[in-house]
Amino acid sequence: MTDSTAVNKTERIAKLVEHLYAKKPEIEPARAELITESFKQTEGKPIVLRKALSFKHILENLPIIIRPLELIVGSSTIAPRGCQTYPEFSYEWLEAEFDTVENRAADPFYISEDTKKRLKAVNGYWKGKTTSELAESYMAPEALKLMAHNFFTPGNYFYNGIGHFTVQYDKVLAVGLNGIIREAAAELETVKPGDYNCATKTAFLQAVIIGCKAVADYGKRYSELAKEMAEKEADPVRKAELLKIAEVCAHVPAEPARNFYEACQSFWFIQQTIQLESSGHSISPGRFDQYMFPYFKKDIDEGNITREFAQELLDCIWVKLNDLNKCRDAVSAEGFAGYSLFQNLIVGGQTKDGMDATNDLSFMCLDATKHVFLPMPSISIRVWNGSPQELLLRAAALTRTGIGFPAYYNDEIIIPALLNRGIPLEEARGYSIIGCVEPQVPGKTDGWHDAAFFNMCRPLEMVFSNGYDQGELVTLKTGELSELKTYEDFKAAYKKQMDYCISMLVNSINAIDVAHAERAPLAFVSSLVDDCMKKGKSMQEGGAVYNFTGPQGFGIANVADSLYTVKTLVYEQKKITLEELKKAMDMNFGQGFDEKTATEVALQVAKAYRLEGKEVSSALLESIITNVLTMELSAEEKAHYEEIKNMIDDIPKYGNDIDEVDEIAREAAYYYTKPVETFKNPRGGQYQAGLYPVSANVPLGAQTGATPDGRLAHMPIADGVSPTSGRDVNGPTASCNSVAKLDHAIASNGTLFNMKMHPTAMAGDKGLESFVTLVRGYFDQKGMHMQFNVVDRETLLDAQKHPEKYAGGLKQVTSG
Amino acid sequence: MKEYMNEKGRIFDIQRYSIHDGIGVRTIVFLKGCALRCRWCCNPESQNYDIENMTVNGKVKTMGRDVSVEDVMKVVKRDLPYYSRSDGGLTLSGGESLLQPAFSSALLRAAKDMGLNTALESMGFAEYSVIEKDILPYLDTYLMDIKHMDPMKHKEWTGKENTLMVENAMKIAKSGMCKLIIRVPVVPGFNDTEKELLDIARYADSLPGVENIHILPYHNYAMGKYEGLNRPYSMGDAKIPETDRMEAFKKAIERETHLNCQIGG
Repeated sequence: MTDSTAVNKTERIAKLVEHLYAKKPEIEPARAELITESFKQTEGKPIVLRKALSFKHILENLPIIIRPLELIVGSSTIAPRGCQTYPEFSYEWLEAEFDTVENRAADPFYISEDTKKRLKAVNGYWKGKTTSELAESYMAPEALKLMAHNFFTPGNYFYNGIGHFTVQYDKVLAVGLNGIIREAAAELETVKPGDYNCATKTAFLQAVIIGCKAVADYGKRYSELAKEMAEKEADPVRKAELLKIAEVCAHVPAEPARNFYEACQSFWFIQQTIQLESSGHSISPGRFDQYMFPYFKKDIDEGNITREFAQELLDCIWVKLNDLNKCRDAVSAEGFAGYSLFQNLIVGGQTKDGMDATNDLSFMCLDATKHVFLPMPSISIRVWNGSPQELLLRAAALTRTGIGFPAYYNDEIIIPALLNRGIPLEEARGYSIIGCVEPQVPGKTDGWHDAAFFNMCRPLEMVFSNGYDQGELVTLKTGELSELKTYEDFKAAYKKQMDYCISMLVNSINAIDVAHAERAPLAFVSSLVDDCMKKGKSMQEGGAVYNFTGPQGFGIANVADSLYTVKTLVYEQKKITLEELKKAMDMNFGQGFDEKTATEVALQVAKAYRLEGKEVSSALLESIITNVLTMELSAEEKAHYEEIKNMIDDIPKYGNDIDEVDEIAREAAYYYTKPVETFKNPRGGQYQAGLYPVSANVPLGAQTGATPDGRLAHMPIADGVSPTSGRDVNGPTASCNSVAKLDHAIASNGTLFNMKMHPTAMAGDKGLESFVTLVRGYFDQKGMHMQFNVVDRETLLDAQKHPEKYAGGLKQVTSG
Repeated sequence: MKEYMNEKGRIFDIQRYSIHDGIGVRTIVFLKGCALRCRWCCNPESQNYDIENMTVNGKVKTMGRDVSVEDVMKVVKRDLPYYSRSDGGLTLSGGESLLQPAFSSALLRAAKDMGLNTALESMGFAEYSVIEKDILPYLDTYLMDIKHMDPMKHKEWTGKENTLMVENAMKIAKSGMCKLIIRVPVVPGFNDTEKELLDIARYADSLPGVENIHILPYHNYAMGKYEGLNRPYSMGDAKIPETDRMEAFKKAIERETHLNCQIGG
């Protein structure tokens, strides 16, 4: 399929997008009120039933709306891009931020005085009942201390639902929710009174039936609404559309989809309602081009639908994926900036038999992203040796627009990585991506993929401070610097600090895991993930076939360059001592002396923030300036520290295809990935490491002092597995080669390689072809993921000045 | 190890992921030293064979280093995955590579031994016997500059007459040993008229086997390099040929000859 078959964007899509982005998104109180109302009435019942009954209550009473010109319907809020709240997970942060959430830099939300009042009235009920409170009570004091000192942040699941799964959309399309209800009923029949799990399994299956019925009925509410609106509609074209919507929603998701339109609508109801059941994000459509294709093909073959209309339906879904929204606490909002829900949708790749899976929809999905040009879905493409060049060229052309999509994934490393986790070949070939970069088997996995972010630079700081942070012993004593006689001693100390911090990371995550099992078992989503119904328990209690926990480490580039500094300058060339290096870092390499430099450093931090598309609060700026200012140095000292920094800047860095440095990067990654995979989670699954920061490298970098790689205090930590920005100077192939030298297979929760490309490098056919070569060449060397920021300096600066011009357009890459 | 790997030469840069100057993804090795002194030269640091200093972004950088073929191939080899995905490979540029014939020959040979596509960007400033013996056996694509057909104007703007190079073009074409592509820098005041360009194109068209001609618009990105080398920039504020004019030249060439004309490398 070539460009000539691509269908143009319709006027409807342009209008839907315009409508969606006309106003600042708004927080609505209805869901919080409904869940509270329901919970008050069900006290004493099993938690899984209480959750299902509250879900039913929400879906029966939540105000519904069909927006102008919509063909695919189902909105969680009346306001476009609005959000509901989820007090059952946490609520105190929102109340604390009531007066700032509207004007904060990262992802602001409008909230009316009436909404504040209504939320306050119900939030109080949840005091002592939230998952976050229970989780915190389960955590070891040492782990809480490390969190307070910013070693890691498990904030994602600490304050919210889990999300991060792909359900069996294909099954709902094929049998309808009524089919799933029948399956649950049949499973109930098999439960014997004497079974060890009779009580829990019975309650769970009853909850499944309640949940599925609730969603099926929710569809019917839209059918009724469409019918009412059609009666009042004067325009005959729109009237016909509304009557069609009424017909479609009367049928799905309760019954099997009979055509492509119904499949699209059924898909959407599932995607939307899952996100009303809990507040987790990264609820990923997965291999949409695969499970939707039979419905598309049948309609096309039988002449029931035109390619143009099918494309418009896809485009409508793409718009709807941006209609869902989520308000995060201020700190998390910075870490996940961009209103993103990380709904990852992936095309291409292989069939379970290992044949190429590309079809017409694979191309049309890429075109849909080009048409709507919005942050959702996080569109991705699976690349393998047999991927058709036309598909990759079409993807490259999308990358060239600067939208930051698609992300490219390498089957040739991800499939072996999954096999290594005990997943059978056919299922591994069917993998899809969750959220940012996390591979898993769709419909069978509870992956806890975004369990935490772990700053690998902080344990390195602890080697220099012998475990002390801000005057307090927070980790282990690994010896005074004078005791670290050799590079091996130094590495051993780092390893000990890492091991300790990782064990605390696991402690905090597992505490949260238990809290979700006890307080937030979700029957509806669990009914769409194997083997929850057979096992008779929710995903949160370990019902899925595959259970993982994936916390992310980041800072590979900084740690690698730091270790290389210590190895060469301290131990091999003996140009500086560890003590001198520590002093230089404490003094921020002489950069933090007078007000001017203090402000300069602070402004650099601010600039880095803004480059990431964020604003910096004046309080943060002031605290950074104060920190820098409190240092006092003489001119000689200052010159001395600067000399040390120059010495560091002059030695080779990760990202330049220099084996000696890259091997250290590989080793540095192992200090994180290897210990992580030795741990187990409460659902009976294994830990697996990821190597990516989303955008947590910026806020967590702001909490990290200067590092031995010459990075100044408070500056961002390097992004994902990418080289430190500006330090890779040998061109894109050299950067790719360096990154490919890491062991990506062991980081089976995903690695993230973010690359900047100048538009001229992608100009013309040759630019696109060479770009595809670059991706293929990186993948041939067993790289896992690549994503590109194609933007010139001028556009970037303009976007900072006039963010409104780029609403939903220019977005920060990755983060996704 | 093959002996030619020890051959030494002088280069001033190696550029990886070059997507121009040949097919696929390429690594370009820039050899130092040139016989011409083209006024518009965009690599003035290539002209002197002597190692010299150039100020780049306020820092003094040494331009030029002596390396062995093995040293160069160590870098070239690193991008094998990209060459094999795109039929790419090694391109020699300069300077005029043919001023270091043994080194150029050894580089091309080493690349061929590695299975790479080879290209040479050169004016053909050498005795044909040298080109025939040292270069052509290891070369896939010759990107040959013909800047002007009038020997005197050529001399005025580049310091040398064009006779040797124009003759070499014919000999290389007749040898049939490599693909020959003719390249013309379109320089304001020098050759940016339809007549002058057509003269070159007609000659290129007369070369057996030549199918493609590239016309490369003059640019002034190199102005800063002249400053960094403390040399005057003799193009002054010469205007960059507009896209429309380049398109018109392309049309004229394709109308008047059998050649495919491409704008840019």
